[in-house]
Amino acid sequence: MSVTTAHNAKKMYRFDLVKRLVARLKNDEAVIGGIGHSNFDLFTAGHRPQNFYMLGSMGLAIPIALGVAIAQPRRKVFALEGDGSLLMQLGCLSTVAAQAPKNLIILVMDNGTYQITGGQPTPAAVGTDYVAVARGCGLTSAAWAADEEDFERLVQRCLETDGPHLIGLKLDAQGPAGQTERDPVQIRDRFMRGMGVKQSKLPG
Amino acid sequence: MQAWHEIVVEALKANDIRLIPYVPDNVLKPLIAAIHADPFFTAFTTAREEEAVGIVAGGVMAGMRGMVLMQTSGFATLPNVLASLPCAFHIPVLMMISERGTLGEFNLGQAAVWRTMRPALESLAMEYQVITRLDECGFQVDRTIRQALMTQQPTAMILSPLLTGGKASPVKAGG
Ligand SMILES: Cc1ncc(C[n+]2csc(CCOP(=O)(O)OP(=O)(O)O)c2C)c(N)n1
Repeated sequence: MSVTTAHNAKKMYRFDLVKRLVARLKNDEAVIGGIGHSNFDLFTAGHRPQNFYMLGSMGLAIPIALGVAIAQPRRKVFALEGDGSLLMQLGCLSTVAAQAPKNLIILVMDNGTYQITGGQPTPAAVGTDYVAVARGCGLTSAAWAADEEDFERLVQRCLETDGPHLIGLKLDAQGPAGQTERDPVQIRDRFMRGMGVKQSKLPG
Repeated sequence: MQAWHEIVVEALKANDIRLIPYVPDNVLKPLIAAIHADPFFTAFTTAREEEAVGIVAGGVMAGMRGMVLMQTSGFATLPNVLASLPCAFHIPVLMMISERGTLGEFNLGQAAVWRTMRPALESLAMEYQVITRLDECGFQVDRTIRQALMTQQPTAMILSPLLTGGKASPVKAGG
């Protein structure tokens, strides 16, 4: 894997990365967008029935994605989680490593701040390396993306090989490109249809 | 006569509840052991109860029903995620809580946190059942699970020491 470190990874634009990710999804992969601007940019990149947008429950994007991954082992599942959110639930990386779901891919959206609440730096911004943390938890396939091309290469590798995988993304300070429609029951209903779990005569 | 944990396992299987993430508790030991011994279930520990709620929420939305096991103190860590995930999104996350802190509790910390559980459940407007009797256990667990699934609501089943024997004090009062 890449030898990019937290220090020399390029700071990239979150919305651009999310669009690049979505463009590579050809097999109804599930994507769980965490609280904060991760789910805003996922929604703004274009709604897909396989997207789930968290509105609260800070830190649970990876656990939700793990549940989906266990329930549907043949579907690739992505978790888009902010650095502040991951920091609140770091223990989940050990849980993922222990369960080792081959179909789970974690993207850490690391802008060093709690952007949605005003851009205050997280306590980890000074020196915590999330990829090193993930490796320390037993997630051996964890790497920083050096730049946009490297990100695309890593995503393709995640789609083609067994995981669990984790990609660290250093972000610039640009804000989100839009805002998620906050209607949790609709989001859940559409996601369950997108997962092929719910059939309904009510138009979705 | 079946033990309470055998009755619970039967009700879980009857309702296709397979995914069981948990943070352990001493009273839950026989249930945890029975679940691990049965390949029907996917059971594992998590670092926090919040995480387990997220895992079951994801599982249920993707077609695998689940239940979180915890003790009273674990429940006390959950109101925020319950309010914003299963309550807000209408996801039938099932919880089974071993009740510590009452009927002979020896740890004041447990007794103090016990007092927060029912008020928290009530202020979340969450359906819950307290299971106290062996002869009612199967009916309560089965019907509570079915109602949660049919109404797409989270629910809590509290295992009273009256049912399980709880965790008795190792020493006599004042001893
Ligand atoms: C338990 C909890 N604490 C605090 C908040 C307030 N809050 C909402 S989003 C957020 C920051 C999220 O940061 P991060 O995951 O890094 O995402 P970003 O905003 O940078 O996109 C905070 C502190 C909350 N919703 N829940």
